Amino acid sequence: MSTKLTDLVQKPQFLSGGHRLCAGCGASIVVRQILMGAPDDVKLVIANPTGCLEVSTTIYPYTSWNTSYIHCAFENAASTLSGAEAAYQSLKEQGKIKEDFRFIAFGGDGGTYDIGLQALSGALERGHRLIYVCYNNEAYMNTGIQRSGATIMGSWTTTSPYGRYSSGKKENRKDLTAIAAAHNIPYVAQGSISHWRDLVRKAQKAFATDGPAFINVLSPCHRGWRYPMEKTIEVARMAVQSCIWPLYEVENGKWSLTASVKKQPVEEYLKSQGRFAHLFKGENKKILDIIQENVDAEWDKLQKRCEQK
Amino acid sequence: MAAGSKIVAIVGTDAVSEAMRQINPDLVAAYPITPQTAIVETYSQMVADGLVKSHMVAVESEHSAMSAAIGAAATGARVMTCTSSQGLALMWELLYIASGLRLPIVMPNVNRALSAPINIHCDHGDSMGARDAGWIQLFSENAQEAYDNTIQAVRIAEDPGILLPVMVLLDGFIISHSIDRVELLDDEVVANFVGEFKPAYSLLDVNNPVSVGNFDGLYGYYFEFKRQQEEAMLNSFGVIKEVGAEFGKISGRSYSLFETIGMEDAEFAIVVLGSAAGTVRHEVETMRAKGIPIGMIKLRAFRPFPARELAEAISRMKAVAVFDRSNTFAGNMGGPVFIELRSSLYDLEKKPLLVNYVYGLGGRDLSIELINKAAAELAEAARSGQVKQSINYLGLRE
Repeated sequence: MSTKLTDLVQKPQFLSGGHRLCAGCGASIVVRQILMGAPDDVKLVIANPTGCLEVSTTIYPYTSWNTSYIHCAFENAASTLSGAEAAYQSLKEQGKIKEDFRFIAFGGDGGTYDIGLQALSGALERGHRLIYVCYNNEAYMNTGIQRSGATIMGSWTTTSPYGRYSSGKKENRKDLTAIAAAHNIPYVAQGSISHWRDLVRKAQKAFATDGPAFINVLSPCHRGWRYPMEKTIEVARMAVQSCIWPLYEVENGKWSLTASVKKQPVEEYLKSQGRFAHLFKGENKKILDIIQENVDAEWDKLQKRCEQK
Repeated sequence: MAAGSKIVAIVGTDAVSEAMRQINPDLVAAYPITPQTAIVETYSQMVADGLVKSHMVAVESEHSAMSAAIGAAATGARVMTCTSSQGLALMWELLYIASGLRLPIVMPNVNRALSAPINIHCDHGDSMGARDAGWIQLFSENAQEAYDNTIQAVRIAEDPGILLPVMVLLDGFIISHSIDRVELLDDEVVANFVGEFKPAYSLLDVNNPVSVGNFDGLYGYYFEFKRQQEEAMLNSFGVIKEVGAEFGKISGRSYSLFETIGMEDAEFAIVVLGSAAGTVRHEVETMRAKGIPIGMIKLRAFRPFPARELAEAISRMKAVAVFDRSNTFAGNMGGPVFIELRSSLYDLEKKPLLVNYVYGLGGRDLSIELINKAAAELAEAARSGQVKQSINYLGLRE
């Protein structure tokens, strides 16, 4: 399938303009790029957990979704969608449905890394043919920027504030993409909206996967990360270039890097966002070194995984 | 006996599994929990043996069981799940979503006490906890009724004027694990009775894609949606009776909202639901044979609560005892059936004395002696016109 821009812009849009997401929000860009990877001859069922994307695109009696859509609760997009997928398989087998459907969930890091992790794990393990996309903005943005399991160490959030006795979030983030890969499902990838061709290609692979696929996409949030709203793509690109958010895929167990990067110091990336501003003052500066060490260690580990025979 | 029916000796969980096999839903999503486990196991085997067309989703929790059921029902599929106790409690937030989205999911719940202390035996605390979740709740006296209720639940849930999920309740172990005489209908008779589900909306309708579970916004329609759910509950009174009467035609066993025994000439009566109704009936009939003017009401529908008809049925009584297999911890307000019934009587000019017996928590046995003790106190209240103590614990070690 093509990833030429001239072809991609011809694709149908499933998320209509006029939704209530913030200007400069990464989530709608994630949705558009992922759905550009959908084959033309399939119908889509989209699921959201509770979150920014859900509340901003489905304000009753309107909907921004130009396709079937379901929201159930916060922690269960994966299990809800797994039920829809299984019912579809049953109805298809009985000849009650003729069309080919694909099932795609878009969940934030709150609904995916944390409260929804069990439901996600269960759905991946059961082998449903569904794509779960995490639009990862590294905190609970819908409720007003609280820390999540995806929040980077040192980050300011409203529940990991800095103060006399705190330099932001104390703990490092969990590696959800690796956790998904540990389910030994056919396709797992990490992507970024700054690398749209790479992300569309990953989406195409996920749509072609006869089984579960998981894609973790960095989705900058200018409200929570504290940068000018027009810089969303730029900030995402800096994350990739610093290797704090490397791009890779795990295809049938084979790990490979999908973007060539000239690794930049993470400090430049951190400097671009207000959520890390306190790290550049006084005692907190030592956190910068720890973050860089963490990035280096994770990057080394990833490179080794991608070199493995 | 209806043509094609057969009489078998099976436990309650098998009676439910047989009903599920005959209903043959498109999808079952369930998680095992004592004492419901055998339903999931037996149904999995039925799927493995190709006896049903159902797809089975063996989820990783009850939360996911109800979530998957909701996702599946939104496609327009006929969907069932089943649970007990902690499993039902884990589903709690989703029970409201299933009813709020008006998805006609049918769920047998094998009644079991809620922790703590952890206890695997019967009481009604689990489903009573879900009484305000917008589900229809039908109680069963024995394995036969669990079977019959499961089949009828499909028709009630899917009625276009209702579209609410239905919980079929059967007492843990007492019904679920006891071998009982059960009359099973012919497969085809059940298939014809439940018919095909024709959903108004489906995620898989390519000509009319829908958004399900939208955000109600700041000035939305939440209040109106909730009022419509109450309207559906009101509609269900009639539909439960119609479906119960129609079921009588294919089985010889008709159902309504509740059943009365000896109420036409009784002076006092016991109201009870679940398996205890069998034991109470035996004692009531024994007493009536001795000329004691006692009657009985076996409540089948707890949701909707047939307040008006129940009030009518007991308004002539001098005294009524309500048996509750759960408590509300409201500060000596009594069990949920008692509270509802007392509220139902408020507008009557002439009303009976009402007394509550909380019994059987955590599977404590309800013996004949205990029923007779309560009946004797009830007779005394009817005679004297006074209730000694309105909230009583029957069979409590004190």
